[in-house]
Amino acid sequence: MPQPDASPTLAALYQSLILEHYRRPRNHGVLEDADVAVTVKNPLCGDQLVLQLAFDDTGAVRAARFRGQGCSISLATASMLTECITGKSREAIDATAHQFARMLEGDADAATEPALGDLRALSGVAKVPARIRCAQLPWEALERALSDGR
Amino acid sequence: MSALADRGDFPLLAANPELHYLDSAATTQKPRAVIDAIARYYECDNANPHRGAYALSVRATDRYREARQRVARFVGASDADCVIFTRGTTESLNLVASAWGRANVGAGDEIVITGAEHHANFVPWQQLALERGAELEICPLASDGRVDLERLRALVTPRTRVVAFAHVSNVLGGVNPVREIAALAHEVGAIAVCDGAQSVPHMPVRFDELGVDVYAFSGHKMCGPMGIGVLVGTRPLLESMPPYQTGGDMIEFVYDDRTTWNVLPHKFEAGTPNVAGAVGLAAAIEYLEGLVSTCHSERSEESRATCHSERSEESRAGKEIPRSARDDNAARDDNAARDDNRSARGATGVLQGMDAIAHHERALVQHAYERLSEIEGVTIYGPDATNRSGVLSFTLADIHPHDLATILDQQQVCIRAGHHCAQPLMRRLGVPATARASFYVYNDEADVDALAQGLLRARELFGYAAT
Repeated sequence: MPQPDASPTLAALYQSLILEHYRRPRNHGVLEDADVAVTVKNPLCGDQLVLQLAFDDTGAVRAARFRGQGCSISLATASMLTECITGKSREAIDATAHQFARMLEGDADAATEPALGDLRALSGVAKVPARIRCAQLPWEALERALSDGR
Repeated sequence: MSALADRGDFPLLAANPELHYLDSAATTQKPRAVIDAIARYYECDNANPHRGAYALSVRATDRYREARQRVARFVGASDADCVIFTRGTTESLNLVASAWGRANVGAGDEIVITGAEHHANFVPWQQLALERGAELEICPLASDGRVDLERLRALVTPRTRVVAFAHVSNVLGGVNPVREIAALAHEVGAIAVCDGAQSVPHMPVRFDELGVDVYAFSGHKMCGPMGIGVLVGTRPLLESMPPYQTGGDMIEFVYDDRTTWNVLPHKFEAGTPNVAGAVGLAAAIEYLEGLVSTCHSERSEESRATCHSERSEESRAGKEIPRSARDDNAARDDNAARDDNRSARGATGVLQGMDAIAHHERALVQHAYERLSEIEGVTIYGPDATNRSGVLSFTLADIHPHDLATILDQQQVCIRAGHHCAQPLMRRLGVPATARASFYVYNDEADVDALAQGLLRARELFGYAAT
C-alpha cells in the first residue's frame, strides 16, 4: 500500500539522538540537595515527570535531575532539557524556552539555534501535532520549577 | 478473512480507503443507515416526546418507545420498561452507584469490584465507599486477567452489598463468567452490576438469562451515536431505587412540599430525552443484526481462505434479503449446528447478527494474535485467543505505546495507546501503558497485516534488527 510521506516524518521524529537520550537519559534520578521539585502529569496518557533543580548564588541552575514515566519524546526532551539548562542563568533559560516553543510551532530558524543544543533534534515533533504535548511537558515542569524557585 | 460488513456502508471508511481503523473498543465508525436514521428523525418526526398534545409529538414519542423496545429485544430483556436510556455506560453505572448505592450501602458494608475495571466501573464505587464509610474490596485477577472465581468466592461476605464487574475487559478482552459471578453475589444477598460496554457490541447478550441485577452499555461502541447508552435492570431493583436526577418527565405529581415519581422507565429519565440518539441506536441494532456470514468450520489455511471469500459473497447477498424473509428459527438451528463439531461434518454454517460478529472477531483476533506473536519483542496481555473478544493489548520491546501509536498512525493504522481508562489494571500488569488494537465488523485481514507491518517498521525505527 502506498504510504505517502510516512518515512520522512517518522525518520525526522525518531532521530538516533532522541532514541539515545531515551535509552540513556542524562541527569536521570534524584537530586539530594534540590532547591525545588515539581511533578507534572499528562492525565490523558498517564505520563508523569518529576523535575528537581538546584540553584547557585546568582540564581543560575547549578544542577537538574528528572525521573518519571513517558514516551521517547517526553523522556528525551527531559534529558536534553536538563543538559541544556545546567549552568545557565534564568535569562538564558527563558530565551532558550522561547526558542524551543517557536521550534515546536514549526519555525525553521528557531530549529537551528545553537543554544538549543541536542534539543534541535526534536524539531520533527512540529509535524506531528498529537505529540507536541509530549515535548512540552518537561518545559512545563521547568517553568513551574523556576517560578517556585524564585 | 474479509470484513463482515461492507466498508462502503461506512461513509468515513469509504472516504478513507487506506485507513486501518483498529480502535473500535473506544468508539466505532457509523454506518450510513445510522446517520440517515438520525437525520430522518430530525427531518420528519422531531418534537418533544411525552407531551402528546399534537400528532407530531405523538410521532416523536412513538419513535422513542419503538427504539426502547428494539433495544429490549436486542439484549433479551423481556420487560422494555426496565430499559433506561442514559448518556452511556458511564452514566448508567453512576446512576446505580448513586441512586441504589446511597440508599443501600452504609458504614462497614463491603463493595466488591475487580482489578480489571474501567474507571467508569471503578471510581463511582470507590467514591461511594469513601462517602458511606464502606470497604472497597478489589478482587484479584486470574493469570489470564479474568475474574478469579475462587478468590471472588473468598472475598464476598454477608456484608457485601454489591459485586460490580465487566462482562469483557476493555484492555485484556477476557470474557468473564457472568452467571457464576452473579450467583456468588446473590448467595450473600448482594446485587450484581455488570458493565457490558465491551460485550453487547460484540456477542449475543440475553439480559434475562445472565442473572445480573443491572447491566450497562453504550451506543457509540456498537455503530450507534455518541451520547446514548442503556441501563437494563430487573423490575424489583429499579422500582426499589430512588431517582438519580429529578426534574421534568420523571415526576408524577409535584406539590409545594413533595413530589411523587413517574413509573419506569421515566423515573430515571429526567429532562428531555435524547430521542435522536435512541433512534440512531435502534438503527445500529438493525444494521448489526442484519449482517450475515457463512463459514466452513475446517481450520486449515486452505479451507479458511475458501470460507472467507464465500462469506464475503454471502454477506453481500444477505443484505438484499428483506428482513421479513429471514427465518429466525433457521438461524438458530444453524447456530446450534455451528456449536456442534462442524469440522467432523464439514458443514457450512450460516451466521447472522451478533453470532456472525462474534465469529468474525474471533477469527480476526486469532489471526492478529498469531501475527503479533511472530514479532520479536511483542508481549500480548490477557487470555489466549480462544477466550477473548476482539481486543488485543500489547507492548513492543522498550518502545513506549505512544511512540507505537504515532508510528502506526503515519501508516494509517489507528490504535489506542495509554492506560485505557484502567490505571489500577495497568499497575497490576506492571506497565505504565499498553498499545491496544480492537476489531469490529468492518475490519479484515488487511487491517491486521497493516498492524503487523507497522510494528515491524517501529522495530526498525527504534534500531532493532529485522526479524
